[in-house]
Amino acid sequence: MDFQLTEDQRALQGATRGLLAGRFGPDRLRAAVGDPAPDRALWRELGAAGFFALRLPEEAGGVGLGLPAAVFVFEEAGRALLPGPLVACQLLAGVVDGVASGEKIVGLCEGTRDPVLWEHPATCEELILVEKGTGCHDRAGRGAQGRTGGVYRSAADRVSCAPFASVDPLTPLARVTDLPRTEPLALDVPRLRREAALLTAAQQLGSAARTVELAVAHARRREQFGAPIGAFQAIKHLCAQMLVRTEIARCAVYAASVTDGDIDVTGAKLLADEAAVRNARDCVQVHGGMGFTWEAEVHLHLKRAWLRAECWCTAGEAEELLAADLIA
Amino acid sequence: MDLTCTEEEDAFRERLRRWLGEVLPTLPAPPAADDWPGRRAYDAAWQRRLYDAGYAGLHWPEDAGGRGATPTQHLIFLEETERAGAPYVGANFVGLLHAGPTIAAEGSDAQRARWLPPILRGDEIWCQGFSEPDAGSDLAALRTTAVRDGDHYVVSGTKLWTSHAEVADWCELLVRTDPDAPRHRGISWLAMPMDAPGVTVRPLRTLAGSAEFAEMFLDEVRVPVSHRVGAENDGWRVTMVTLSFERGTAFVGEVVACRRVLGALARAARANGRWDDAVLRRGLGRLHAEFAALWRLTQWNVSEAGAARPRGGRSGIGGVPGTGGSVFKLRYSQARQELYDAAAQVLGAGALDADHEWVAGRLSSLSYTIAAGTSQIQQNIVAERILGLPKGR
Repeated sequence: MDFQLTEDQRALQGATRGLLAGRFGPDRLRAAVGDPAPDRALWRELGAAGFFALRLPEEAGGVGLGLPAAVFVFEEAGRALLPGPLVACQLLAGVVDGVASGEKIVGLCEGTRDPVLWEHPATCEELILVEKGTGCHDRAGRGAQGRTGGVYRSAADRVSCAPFASVDPLTPLARVTDLPRTEPLALDVPRLRREAALLTAAQQLGSAARTVELAVAHARRREQFGAPIGAFQAIKHLCAQMLVRTEIARCAVYAASVTDGDIDVTGAKLLADEAAVRNARDCVQVHGGMGFTWEAEVHLHLKRAWLRAECWCTAGEAEELLAADLIA
Repeated sequence: MDLTCTEEEDAFRERLRRWLGEVLPTLPAPPAADDWPGRRAYDAAWQRRLYDAGYAGLHWPEDAGGRGATPTQHLIFLEETERAGAPYVGANFVGLLHAGPTIAAEGSDAQRARWLPPILRGDEIWCQGFSEPDAGSDLAALRTTAVRDGDHYVVSGTKLWTSHAEVADWCELLVRTDPDAPRHRGISWLAMPMDAPGVTVRPLRTLAGSAEFAEMFLDEVRVPVSHRVGAENDGWRVTMVTLSFERGTAFVGEVVACRRVLGALARAARANGRWDDAVLRRGLGRLHAEFAALWRLTQWNVSEAGAARPRGGRSGIGGVPGTGGSVFKLRYSQARQELYDAAAQVLGAGALDADHEWVAGRLSSLSYTIAAGTSQIQQNIVAERILGLPKGR
């Protein structure tokens, strides 16, 4: 057993962070708040860097890495608040032509939600709909239709939807009004759900880690009563608990990327959601009045964390699945 | 990242399981909770069995009498002994987890030869004389004095929360040897024999009803200067070397135990119908994720310590870095309290039965956010040492 990152894994993490810092820095982030459509050139660059083809075999033009690598990359994306249907494009690379290279952008949505929401509807050329199940694994999907039933692809213009005012400025949403079932796709649904949940959790982890840094940086800089507010225990303890949540979620997410087990992924999603949402709220609190402004980056983390928490295994679903596992 | 065991580690686990399977059925029934001499004898006998089978001081370096096992093997040992329901470290806790590692890291060859083998064999029991009535979280405020008189120190003061004091042979004692120095620089670490004249022990009853703590009054106790570990007035540093162990792997077996209790809670709730309460059920589901993650954090910390382990030379006992241990302890102590609060929900009015195992667990869980550095102190440590926030008020 050696539950630490290898040299290669650290290098991948560092390279991804460097790429995103260079191509999606603070200015780009601010610009994206006004225009959240993914930057096509950046998307192709990510494609060329192997962001989407990461797990495809080398003979298929991929990088041939596994889930842990995808998790490190998605953690960095979450940290940078990179907008776009990242999970969809990672999971459909190699399934839908053009996605792996970053030429084509597709969306993925869960038909079992109410409302059924579609991220970046104006950007996606296709929408892939997953009809079955709600959790990280899908018992219903193993019934009459088999494990591969219930996934459809449709051209974006075939999808009927209504406007939806997204709470997250970086993620435009549309409400799908009539589930599009144009062409069935033979995909392993439980696996798709599990990986979607894990990659979403990885982004939550990145966001949680980032808000700790933001809170700590502010607490060191901001002075009141003649001292940096970070010298006061009330602030220190908020920050310490933020770190604890992050590190617990990190261990759960990394371990789940190695075991790829349903229950491990479910637990990781639950803890990463909690870390991202609660850390972002505490980060707002540490920032005081500044935290309540549109200008500070903090609210973007909170809103995206809320959005991710509603995708691919919510807290309620996760807790029920975990509870069921206790008596299985 | 690799969560699988090597062939060598699997073989180690297999051997250990086989041995536990053979030896555990032959153990006598454990003594009553308040039978302290009985508990000492029982815990010491178990330690002797471990010693004879080659499992004592597993992860201690070989030059300190240990087996030089890897951190992973140590983790497997803690996991498997708990799974098999083996006795706890009990009265051997301070010797094996505090005093021993301190002596191994900081003691002279003569001191190591005198004190380490009896700890590993279960022959001698240690207690800890750190806290005082006015020195709890602020340990450096301690006032017990040690005045040089020839080749002895004359020690006077009061110590508090001294676990197993009644049955201990030795006390790892923090004393003030220079009252004029800055407070962290006037402290020394002494090994005090508990049968020395002037030592008086008075048991303290805890809110759980048990009397595992004691107050210890020291009235001009003479301790040989040769019993000082580390340099005079360097006791604070000597102590800090060891304190992190308590927050590191000390709770590994307990996490395994908590996961077992959680499963039992779920089954009990199913049997008595409270499983239909979605709030309770979902709370148990959440705890399932919590304890799984705490186990992973333990593996993470142990792997990290393994990577940082010095090779060759006279090494300390591979422990978990104090800061990683603080993160673990903060979350674990809270999760343990939540677990036993959930147990009370499962039990309903049965949670008022003080004889119930889970009720005893609920009461004792209250100490976890206090002992070995309160959660508030741990949060200060995390904020200042990991996050780099300024020291302050």
